[in-house]
Amino acid sequence: MEINEIIREENKVYSKPELLDEVHMHYCPGCSHGVVHKLVSEVIAEMGITDKTVGVSPVGCAVFAYNYIDVDWVEAAHGRAPAVATALNRLWPENVVFTYQGDGDMSAIGTAETIHAANRGENIVMIFVNNAIYGMTGGQMAPTTLVGQKTATTPYGRRVDLNGHPLEITNLMAILDGTCYVTRQSVHTPAAVRKTKACLKKAFENAIAKKGTSVVEIVATCNSGWKLSPAKANKWMEENMFPKYPLGDLKNV
Amino acid sequence: MKEEVRLMKGNEAIAHAAVRYGCDGYFGYPITPQSEVLETLEELMPWETTGMVVLQAESEVAAINMVYGGAASGKAVMTSSSSPGVSLKQEGISYIAAASLPALILNVMRGGPGLGTIQPSQADYFQAVKGGGHGDYHLIVLAPSTVQEMVDFVGLGFDLAFKYRNPSMILADGIVGQMMEKVVLPEQRPRRTDEEVRKQCPWAADGRKDGRKRNVITSLELESSRMEVINHELQARYREIEKNETRWEEIGVEDADYLLIAFGSIARICAKAQEMAAEKGIKVGIVRPITLWPFPTDAIRKAAEGKKGILVVELNAGQMIEDVRLAVHDSLPVEHFGRMGGIIPSPDEVLEALEQKIINK
Repeated sequence: MEINEIIREENKVYSKPELLDEVHMHYCPGCSHGVVHKLVSEVIAEMGITDKTVGVSPVGCAVFAYNYIDVDWVEAAHGRAPAVATALNRLWPENVVFTYQGDGDMSAIGTAETIHAANRGENIVMIFVNNAIYGMTGGQMAPTTLVGQKTATTPYGRRVDLNGHPLEITNLMAILDGTCYVTRQSVHTPAAVRKTKACLKKAFENAIAKKGTSVVEIVATCNSGWKLSPAKANKWMEENMFPKYPLGDLKNV
Repeated sequence: MKEEVRLMKGNEAIAHAAVRYGCDGYFGYPITPQSEVLETLEELMPWETTGMVVLQAESEVAAINMVYGGAASGKAVMTSSSSPGVSLKQEGISYIAAASLPALILNVMRGGPGLGTIQPSQADYFQAVKGGGHGDYHLIVLAPSTVQEMVDFVGLGFDLAFKYRNPSMILADGIVGQMMEKVVLPEQRPRRTDEEVRKQCPWAADGRKDGRKRNVITSLELESSRMEVINHELQARYREIEKNETRWEEIGVEDADYLLIAFGSIARICAKAQEMAAEKGIKVGIVRPITLWPFPTDAIRKAAEGKKGILVVELNAGQMIEDVRLAVHDSLPVEHFGRMGGIIPSPDEVLEALEQKIINK
């Protein structure tokens, strides 16, 4: 195939999502956030809901999500994204509202807002990126940090007697009557990326159909926080994170 | 709904006023002595009539963050609480102020600190006028002394909030929240249509229609030079509010020898003390700050000219007195009389305090 043929429109197999901005992201190389941002951008554009989608960004690594995805955004206080999203959707019921949160935001400081927004069955999408560590503040323990995992605040490894157990917040969400769809995915292989995209699409469709709260957890890597190369981080995630946080649908009504 | 004369509690009046103003959403959490606001709204079911959203949140923290979200989308939203609950809201209030959002917050004050008492207080003056949450910001703070003002300040609070894109607070004491009075409820105003909201609030995060640039509501700016510009813009707005929106009431100030300065329902107790003083031949004037921020500094300085002394009367250990002293610069004696713990002083107590602390000193 010659170059002129390759660049023809009908031969195009991949392009940058139209909603993803042409800016440098602040994420570390190897971080999962970039891939998740890409998928969210693709899903919103493909569903044709750009003009009625409002995102709520968290406090944590994704605080600047509003600099990357070209929809309206509200930047919430730490943990309060589900409360902010509740009002955004109740006051504009035709809009599609999603939160984008990390493990600290969703399952530590924001646990009350997380549980109660889902329990009320707010017609929103909650995207939960779980990398088992606080990336933005320099790698401290998260509620989802694994037992034995070393972080800045568990330098000798997380101990159950000192720090309690890893919190499976998504499992909690699945037992609430307000949730319609709860799934746990990852983005570490091309197949996983494709699967996660389909899950995000389903979640956004649920919000439009007003079926209740959809939760898409993405088990993710933080190679800076974990102090592993991107490839090693993926391997560590498969070997250590997936047994504790197994992938798949937890609820699909 | 037409204009209507009713007998009701201050808290109930707030709920009616919110619906009739065309408020888009109320988010609250029960706490004494203001739970009647949420209860009345649930009873009125405005979602069936005006389309107003009413939601009992899981906490005061969630409620104020719902207000943040609603305000971020251009809607006229409010919350109410009482002192311990308002403490919980402070983080959210700081974010709302920082992001330049219009919103209305009602504090029906009870005695503190801590869980304190459910009886009336004015001990959240500092919290309301000096910031309360973190960072340099101001709320427009309105202090009602009657149930009618509870009603009127809902409209005024929202109007000022939208005019300046700045949160307003109604700082009511538990007395005015709980007492029943005759009140004129205004005619029902229609809620703004979505199109009207979009036109009035082109900055709002309500979905980027017609390919407009995206709107981002945030209070974050890590670049110091840009953050300082934002700080200066906020401060410039506060100077503008100070210039245009300072409100106060004066009663018999001109030919008085002494001044009583009080806000909220305590000013009405002072008015009775003023009458009793007149019977004894003591000429007392009253200055009642209506906006606690911006504070009527110039008005008090002017009112104090040629006077022999000022007694500041508050349901606290002495908070507004600091602003009164700043206004008059030690040009005359300024003393404080306060009750705490939920105790409301009688007019003769106020007069006695004036005589002991100022007149006979």
